[in-house]
Amino acid sequence: MKTMEIRLKVNGESKQWSIAPGDLLLDVLRREGYFGVKRGCERGECGACTVLVNDKAINSCVMFAAQAEGCEVITIEGLARGDELDPVQEAFLDHGAVQCGYCTPGMILNAKALLTRCPHPTEEQVRDLLAGNYCRCTGYRKPVEAVLAAAQAGDRRNKAKKSTRSAGATRP
Amino acid sequence: MNSERSIVGKNVRKVDGIKLVTGRPAFTDDIHIPGMLCGKILPSPHAHARIKRIDTRKAKALPGVHAVLTYKDVPRVPHTTAGQTWPEPSPYDTYLLDSKVRFVGDRVAAVAAESRAIAEEALRLIEVDYEILPAVLDMEHAMDRGAPVIHDEKDSKGIHDASRNLAAYILREIGSTEEGFRESELVIEREFRTQRQQHCPLEPHITISWLDSDNRLVIRSSTQVPYHARRQVAMILQIPVQRVHVIKPRIGGGFGGKQEMLLEDMCGALTLATRRPVKIEYTREEEFYMARSRHPQILRIKMGVKRDGTLMANEMTVLATTGAYGSHADTVQGNTGSKVLPIYRTPNMRFECHVVYTNTPVAGAFRGYGCPQGYFAQESVMDEIAHELGMDPIELRRKNMIRAGDLDQLSAELGEGKKGLPRLIRSCGLPQCLDRGAAAIDWESKRKVGPNGVRPLGERGSPLRRGVGMACSMQGSGIAGIDWASALLKMNEDGSFNLQVGASDVGTGADTVLAQIAAETLGVATDKIIVCSSDTDFTPFDVGAYASSTTIISGGAVKKAAEKVREQILSVASKMLDEPADNLTCRDNQVVTKCECRKSVTIADVALHAMYKEKLQIMDGASHFNTDSPPPFCAQFAEVEVDTETGRIRVLNLVTAVDLGLAINPMQAEGQAEGAVAQSLGYALSEEMMLDDSGRMVNPSFRDYKIFTAKDMPNITTILVETEEPLGPYGAKSIAEVPINAPAPAVANAIYHAIGVRFRKLPIRPEDVLRALREKAGLPHR
Repeated sequence: MKTMEIRLKVNGESKQWSIAPGDLLLDVLRREGYFGVKRGCERGECGACTVLVNDKAINSCVMFAAQAEGCEVITIEGLARGDELDPVQEAFLDHGAVQCGYCTPGMILNAKALLTRCPHPTEEQVRDLLAGNYCRCTGYRKPVEAVLAAAQAGDRRNKAKKSTRSAGATRP
Repeated sequence: MNSERSIVGKNVRKVDGIKLVTGRPAFTDDIHIPGMLCGKILPSPHAHARIKRIDTRKAKALPGVHAVLTYKDVPRVPHTTAGQTWPEPSPYDTYLLDSKVRFVGDRVAAVAAESRAIAEEALRLIEVDYEILPAVLDMEHAMDRGAPVIHDEKDSKGIHDASRNLAAYILREIGSTEEGFRESELVIEREFRTQRQQHCPLEPHITISWLDSDNRLVIRSSTQVPYHARRQVAMILQIPVQRVHVIKPRIGGGFGGKQEMLLEDMCGALTLATRRPVKIEYTREEEFYMARSRHPQILRIKMGVKRDGTLMANEMTVLATTGAYGSHADTVQGNTGSKVLPIYRTPNMRFECHVVYTNTPVAGAFRGYGCPQGYFAQESVMDEIAHELGMDPIELRRKNMIRAGDLDQLSAELGEGKKGLPRLIRSCGLPQCLDRGAAAIDWESKRKVGPNGVRPLGERGSPLRRGVGMACSMQGSGIAGIDWASALLKMNEDGSFNLQVGASDVGTGADTVLAQIAAETLGVATDKIIVCSSDTDFTPFDVGAYASSTTIISGGAVKKAAEKVREQILSVASKMLDEPADNLTCRDNQVVTKCECRKSVTIADVALHAMYKEKLQIMDGASHFNTDSPPPFCAQFAEVEVDTETGRIRVLNLVTAVDLGLAINPMQAEGQAEGAVAQSLGYALSEEMMLDDSGRMVNPSFRDYKIFTAKDMPNITTILVETEEPLGPYGAKSIAEVPINAPAPAVANAIYHAIGVRFRKLPIRPEDVLRALREKAGLPHR
């Protein structure tokens, strides 16, 4: 089988991989152990395979791995700093936005990309964005709340971590 | 009561949350096994055909192909794919591979190859000559004289009448509906139609199997029923149960679809044939038509009432299709009667149902389990009755609804494929659900409209019309007398505990809820509980995740096991503190005296003492079942906006008020309700598996099969109405299924309120609205 070499950065680490020209980025990332990239539809419809490529959220099931040559790729594995979770990850836990967790990496990365370019989005902006991440478990209210909360928490990133009990999710 | 508890009733973070938000390998597919082959299944291109000749030589000769299996290569064992308690109430009408195929997507052959590309190429090289048989696609003609017989094989068992394509038949009557209709002053009879809905878990079905170093078959699978899968695989592959080890990792959503054993048997067969690890995963397209779906039904419902709204008779007659195989045929449809009709006190009830085979994709268990169909019909007619009587729809429900202390006799008549047990209602928060839900949607003011309750046209000049509607439902919490579970609890020397449960968390948060129950009972923090679930070698038996059973049944087992372990802890602490055990209690990771003397010892010290001084492993286990299935109750309210020019229906608000007993984890419980609402809105307005006239699904993708996204969702409000259920751990009942039942009728009733048109077929699409509006205005069809 014909192979080619690609060089890219994944979660800050330089990689040089041998791939087939037709390999999809989704398949290559999973093959290399980035299991947080999920296979949901392989047609660019569900968003479970979302990764960040040069800070832009893309569906890795409709991108050739070869197209990632020279790119900076961030997968869900690259979001936390050691044990310190990203505010979006924290918010997803505190707001009960995770159920089965299969769509979660894609949602979190998509939200992360949004918050990078738009630190204080409206609910409508968040819903527009998450429309690209199908979820069959949550009904989306809690993920939307989590992203909005993460936007607020973003500024307080370095403050003390929240307690393990939920702060913002109880309702009357 | 609630305030005395420190763990249950609190929004504890998911115990598996961190690994999920950080993307650590947790799901079935998140492992690499050296030498693993890719398995693929050849789907039938025909709805009904006999395999005259099948030649696998070319496929086998392809480099990289390790096995090609046809019906000639595997044991012929009639079974059901329904993962139910043995003996299963579903007919044994399915074979691992057969010489006959019964729907487009049925299994013709399977291959295992070095790569997916090779496996797919091998499928193309399998030569099959089919004798194409006439197919039955329309359930209304399945029982016609002379209709092709779908299950003409001799060895299937448990089919009600194979010669008439009748998989199951149910008839139950309480009182006499004939009498009841005679006594009624208003009788309404209507027909409803519901569609095929697919579960659409974000993770399609996937199984990986291999032989371990003891030559045992290990099956790592996306299943809701690891123990049933183990039993079924052993039976189908004709190996002892002892040789099968099923592991359920994290699961990417199930919703009933993974209560079906669809890939475990085939994957295991390929592993046995190749002695290599094999993975089979459905593509999204395969998941749509090769997995399972909600049973489509045609329901006739006839209800009779007195002028004051008192229900006198309720008769439901259902025709349903189970597709090509009878998975859950009897029990889903039984539920359409037993969990729907009894929500209202009616002296005379009759439920009759024919479940027929057709050459269509197979139906199976799906969250709600027959109730969404039944409630769509019943709650729509209730709305119509209220309208005819000039009563508020809420009042009509309030007048007739079942209440605490009532005995539901229909449940006794309609068990799981046999007589069941009468259901005593010990807790019922439906009245509060109605009150609080109505307040949340602002029912009073939004229903204040023109005569007959029909909203006069909306804003002058605007094509938009708004309306509100509501509907009620109930479900069960486990299958009475059948579902059971067990738990083991073992203390470690640092005061942590291993909780081993067969219960299957499929994304529902079960592991967290069970950890909370254990922690509460032991008086320790939730993070002291290490949950190990769903591994047939390392966890004790549990029927699995279905029938809204995990919290009440598995939770009941966990509580019992924890109580036994707590006793052992107190006994050791009693010696350490020199205090009688009955003066001791566990809380905040300590054993403390109940009296004023305030002596205490940490749980960790008790553990260390027990292990190294007493030479005692503190551990115990328990089993649990209930002889009754306490229903959770739900009232749901929808506000819609209909565009009379485009037919577009927008749901603006959806309120769910649900009595779930005590909410062990309110945040998770809300999530369950909200996810159910999203699925139900799709059921109401957009989702349908469409088949062409050859039985092939024409829309097997997320682009063409529309599920609700974040942008489509209305503003949703969830109100947890807590009651104390005596049969549940800490008063809990269930939450997973009940909120999926009533959104569709609530939306249909709201549409009626908005535009004065009743829709009795799901989904309700813009074109249906336009057609109906033209008809109403006396305009010809376009």
